[in-house]
Amino acid sequence: MYIWFRITTQSKTQTLSLTRMFDFLYQPWPWYVAGPLVGLTVPLLLMLGGKMFGISENLRHVCAACNIGNVSFFQYDWKKNGAWNLTFVLGVILGGFLGGFLFANPNPIALAESTVQDLMALGITDFTGFVPNDLFTWSALTTPIGWIVLVLGGFLVGFGARYAGGCTSGHAISGLSDLQLASLIAVIGFFAGGLLMTYVIYPIIF
Amino acid sequence: MKSEVISWFRIQEMFRFDSFHMYGIIGVAIAVGLISIQLIKKFNVKDLSGNPITIPPKDPKQVTRYIVGGSMFGLGWALMGACPGPMFALIGSGLTIIIVPILAALAGTYTYGLLRDKLPH
Repeated sequence: MYIWFRITTQSKTQTLSLTRMFDFLYQPWPWYVAGPLVGLTVPLLLMLGGKMFGISENLRHVCAACNIGNVSFFQYDWKKNGAWNLTFVLGVILGGFLGGFLFANPNPIALAESTVQDLMALGITDFTGFVPNDLFTWSALTTPIGWIVLVLGGFLVGFGARYAGGCTSGHAISGLSDLQLASLIAVIGFFAGGLLMTYVIYPIIF
Repeated sequence: MKSEVISWFRIQEMFRFDSFHMYGIIGVAIAVGLISIQLIKKFNVKDLSGNPITIPPKDPKQVTRYIVGGSMFGLGWALMGACPGPMFALIGSGLTIIIVPILAALAGTYTYGLLRDKLPH
């Protein structure tokens, strides 16, 4: 009786821990799990190759690879400077496949109720995915708001990142980790623009 | 991906100060980065090829580029809800429409390259 009890409880805990592991892969990760992982990218890249974590440089590398019109800003050896970073992007894409497709969380994101209310007031109806399906579809390109969000938004991200010399990874994470004043100014700029968009421009364009 | 930082909705939440989630991730990431950079500097850690690790400083005197460029980036970030890293992660998750903002971001980068000498920095 005792042995039977031991075996059943043991196998139960084993299946339990296995399900737990799978649950962990499918469930969203809290900030205290994701934050350290993102932060560890900084020392890892520094120690592996003396490189500073920064994604938006890759947009410049792609422009350098095509360099139509021989713009001086894109005249450099992109393979020598950017091969590691472009490889990093391939890793990001693979990570997106694993986390967002293979082990995708089946439930909608647990958003703050006040944000949901605000967005519903702006006309967002679908909260099931990573992005609002009302705006992030190919058919959205037939509407002005689709162009504003996808095309103008993307353009500003690309232009602004290079003008500011870095994006969220380069300035907010790498730059602030290295206590660089320039990065602090840039991050204040990121929030100035973001808040202006959220509180002033959103009510106008939606 | 698993932390949902790539989500348009999470970025909306962040700019509305409705959730600690994004601030927690960015804050902890900076803390981990800061401690490791201090340790690397203190112990003169070398990289895998044996070279000393140096971090190129950014020029804090170029205030205009950080304020104006940063604000433009922020406007785009709040609109499109993804910064450059997450755009690529979203492609991996199978969201094909993200090709459009990526191409637009490339166009933005290219336009900056064209106008660079005419812009105040």
